[in-house]
Amino acid sequence: MSSPINTSWRVARLYLRIADWSLIPLYFLMVVALYGAFLYAPTEREMGDVQRIFYFHVGVAWNCFLAFFGVFLGGVAYLITRKRSWDHLAASCVEVGVVFTTMVLTTGPIWAKPIWNTWWPWGDPRIMTTMVLWLIYVAYLMLRSSLPEGETKYKYCAVFGIIGFLDVPIVWFSIRWWRTIHPVVITSSGAELEPEMIHALFVSVIAMTVLCVTLVMLRMAMRLNSSMAEELTHS
Amino acid sequence: MIYLFFGYVVIWTILFLYLVFLMRSQKQVNDKLKALSETLDQQD
Repeated sequence: MSSPINTSWRVARLYLRIADWSLIPLYFLMVVALYGAFLYAPTEREMGDVQRIFYFHVGVAWNCFLAFFGVFLGGVAYLITRKRSWDHLAASCVEVGVVFTTMVLTTGPIWAKPIWNTWWPWGDPRIMTTMVLWLIYVAYLMLRSSLPEGETKYKYCAVFGIIGFLDVPIVWFSIRWWRTIHPVVITSSGAELEPEMIHALFVSVIAMTVLCVTLVMLRMAMRLNSSMAEELTHS
Repeated sequence: MIYLFFGYVVIWTILFLYLVFLMRSQKQVNDKLKALSETLDQQD
């Protein structure tokens, strides 16, 4: 077997193996997270049961930041090393990140309607900066699909991914910098929550992180398989 | 809440099985690509 294909095959196999190992813990972690959110955590005094969406809303929000950090990392590493594997990481992280951000923007309004009496408060900085984040990375995917394969495409996408990541700290600090109706739950002195709520949130964040990593690994293996098939077609 | 819990466990199980299916199919693709590459190498 020729050497570049051999290496790609081994790397793809490694990604699939990592994803495979994480599957069983992922299944049970997610069931425990569901148990924590629906049965273990107490009902919030003012908001009632609708507040339980918080455990998933925060879990997916944290992971969209993590995925976009992967895009930033992949972009920087690609520009330094020019190795295609970093581009695979960035592209896979964008796809997973956009899915997670879509989940954030879906669970948010479901929670907002009964509590704030509106699906989408347009003036809220956290919501608007998250929407901008989603649009930035949807634009990244559009750019990616519109450019022909090659160095130029990977370079443009790396730069776009790095610049796009600038919105992540803005989203995080928006509730501290500007007046917003979004509550500041996690402060420098800790989380202002009941201990059971913190436990449920913690498990949910871990479960979503394992899901995020598994999806990125699977997507990277798919990308490698696809580029190997392309290489074999042209050889 | 117990109904919601079981409802979401069922939805999650379906999604999880789809994930397992995707993983298996990618492994098969990976194996086939290796076999194809080896065959092409022997022909050269």
